[in-house]
Parts: sequence; C-alpha cells; structure tokens
Amino acid sequence: MFTSNPFAELSASVPPSVMQTYVVVMALLVASSTLFDIMHKKSATYFFNNWRNSKNKAKQRVGGVQMVSIAVQTAVVDVMTSGEFCNMRRRIAHLLTMYGFVIYVVTTVIMVFAYPTPATPAPANLTALWYVGALMVCLGGYWFWFFIRVDVVAEGNSPFRLMRADLFIVSLVLSVTFGLAWAYVQTTGNVTLANVFLALYLLATTVLFGSIPWSKFSHMFFKPAAAMQKRVAEANGTRSNLPAPADTPKIYGSVLRQTRNY
Amino acid sequence: MPTFVYMTSCDGCGHCVDICPSDIMHIDPIHRRAYNIEPNFCWECYSCVKACPQNAIDVRGYADFAPLGHSVRVLREEEKATISWKVKFRDGREKNFVSPIRTTPWGSIKSPADYEAPSADALNSQELSHEPEALNIKALPALAPGRLKQGLV
Repeated sequence: MFTSNPFAELSASVPPSVMQTYVVVMALLVASSTLFDIMHKKSATYFFNNWRNSKNKAKQRVGGVQMVSIAVQTAVVDVMTSGEFCNMRRRIAHLLTMYGFVIYVVTTVIMVFAYPTPATPAPANLTALWYVGALMVCLGGYWFWFFIRVDVVAEGNSPFRLMRADLFIVSLVLSVTFGLAWAYVQTTGNVTLANVFLALYLLATTVLFGSIPWSKFSHMFFKPAAAMQKRVAEANGTRSNLPAPADTPKIYGSVLRQTRNY
Repeated sequence: MPTFVYMTSCDGCGHCVDICPSDIMHIDPIHRRAYNIEPNFCWECYSCVKACPQNAIDVRGYADFAPLGHSVRVLREEEKATISWKVKFRDGREKNFVSPIRTTPWGSIKSPADYEAPSADALNSQELSHEPEALNIKALPALAPGRLKQGLV
C-alpha cells in the first residue's frame, strides 16, 4: 500500500489534466480566499497599525541586523518549532499536524504533476512520504481533537460538539482520512467503495480549501506575523505595554515569622 | 475593572477558563480563543490576567477614573516569584509596581496527597491537618490565661 501512487491508479478513469486542474483551482482558492480574508477582517490594517504604533513609541531603535535576527528567531522558534504553545502536548500535536500537512501537500503536488500515470512510476520513497504525511496529520489532528482541544479539556464539552471554530481541523482530518481510505480501498480493487471514498475525499478537500474566509486556515499566514511583532515590541522596548522584567529578589517574598497577635 | 482578551495574542490554551472563579472565561465558538462572556459578573480578581502565559488578557478600567487611552498590564514571573504591574495613564504618566507573590520557589509547595496520612488520634485535636508544621510556625497562637485582661476570668 505504501508504495502505490493513488493518483496514478486514478488516471485510468480520470485524465491527469483534470486532477492537475483541480490542484491548481485549490491553490488559487487558497490565495484568493486568504486575500479576501485579510481585506474582510482588516487583519492587515490592524497589523500595520500596531506595527506603526509600536515603532512610534519605541524606546530604542531596532537596526537592520537585529531585525534579520528577530526574523530568523521567529522562523525557527515560533514557526518551525511552534514555540508559541506553552502546553507541550499541544505543541507536539501541532508539529505533527503541521509537518504532516506540508509533506502531504508537497508530495500530492509532485505525484499529480510529475508522476500522474502508471507509465511514469513515482519513486517508492515519494509515495511512502505521502502516506507518512497523511498519517502524521491524522495522529496530530485526532490527538488534538479528542484529548487536547480546549473546549473539551477546559470547558468539558463533548468532543463531538461541532462549532465554526472546528471547520478547519475537521475538514483537514476528514480530507486526509478519506484520502488514506480511498488510497487503501483502491489497492483492494473494490471500485464502488473506492469511488465513494474518492467523492468524500474531494468533498472534504474542497471544503478545506474553499472555506478559508470562515475557517482558521489562514492562521498559518498571520500567526508568524503576530509572533514577529511580539518579538520586535520586546526589542524596541515597548513590550506591548507590559511591565519590564523585575529584578530577581534576594529572597522569596518576606520570610514567615512566628505570629505575634497576642 | 473587568478583563478582556486580545484575540491575536491568545493561543486558546484554556488556563483562564480553568482558573476563573466566576466561570465567565470561555472559549469563543468561532475562533477558539478565550473571551470574557459576562464582564458584569467579573469579580475583578485578575486570576486570568496573572495566569495567562501569553499576556493576552488585559484590564478595562472604569471610565470615571481610567478614561480612554489608559492601560493596566501585568507580568507574572514564576522563576522570580514576582508580579509586576504597569499602570499607564492617558496623559503618559506611568506607575510601576513589583510585588512578591511567593515565599518559596515555584512548584515547591507539597500537595495534600504528598503528606503522610494523619493518625486517628488527630480527630481529637483542635488543629487542622498538618498544623502547625505546614504553616511554618512552631505552634499555633493560643490565649494564655495569665495574659488575659484582669477581670475577664
């Protein structure tokens, strides 16, 4: 199963050009929906207003070299290792989902465009990566969904209670789960069931990429910007209006003494 | 001064939901970020402000003494056992306060389950469990008849 390219097998019934067009449409949906989201929610305006305010109130100037250093720190700590999360379980689940999704999307694009038919067999490592990426998304996504999600853990709600905030994670894990199920069923030769899973896969994937204005999909674009802004505010002394770090006290508070009430 | 959440800083960890004694910090159903569902019922205890690891919760002052343009920000530093407050008035004046919040290192307080189970004789004692050792004192203060005001005994 891990060596079969599901898109090459599908090319027997669906022309590669149709699959490639679908991928391009999804990519265009991501770009246009993100731009619409930025304009509709005015997140770019909010971000640049904050940036300007922070710059105007700066107590020290942040130079070009320091800005590059901050950008590298943001990329390494906040983006690549999800440093924002204080809960280690949530951080690991996010890293699994994030890297799984990146691997899954990149390998999908490579397989659809470079190895779309059985005549051009995909390297076994590449197809295996597609499955590994999808499994990582499932592992991180379902772990988050059932055991880490704050409205389940902190609020005590049922994991099956759906709300709009779930649109992104639900469509993501369903898309990947149906994709895996479709790929597996296709290798067994059950055409009817494979078509059912293919239809569900396409539906969930279209919802994932088509619902960006209403879902949390675009957090992958604005979260790094917010993290960068936070680091710049720390560097220029404004610290988002937070107090300066306290001097380390010599003792912890005041030492308790025998009470002298009487 | 009820609290509010900066949605862009909040990462939806749920610390404030857990700690709020009034149960008014909840998770927003659209963005999965924390928010104060009922500022009128806020006890103004600032537990959520101090607990937030992202410093995403702020305090909204009443308009009569803290008009628009002010800010009240809190920074809790566990490793130093301090809490710092920065009050900024709208004319630009700032007041900074630092207070100790612990007499022992963070995480060093034993939970009740870490103590030995008290003996059955403890039921006859006037003292509560693990008193007076747990209070870091030798003995609880008690009235000595000799020190009472004359005429009362």
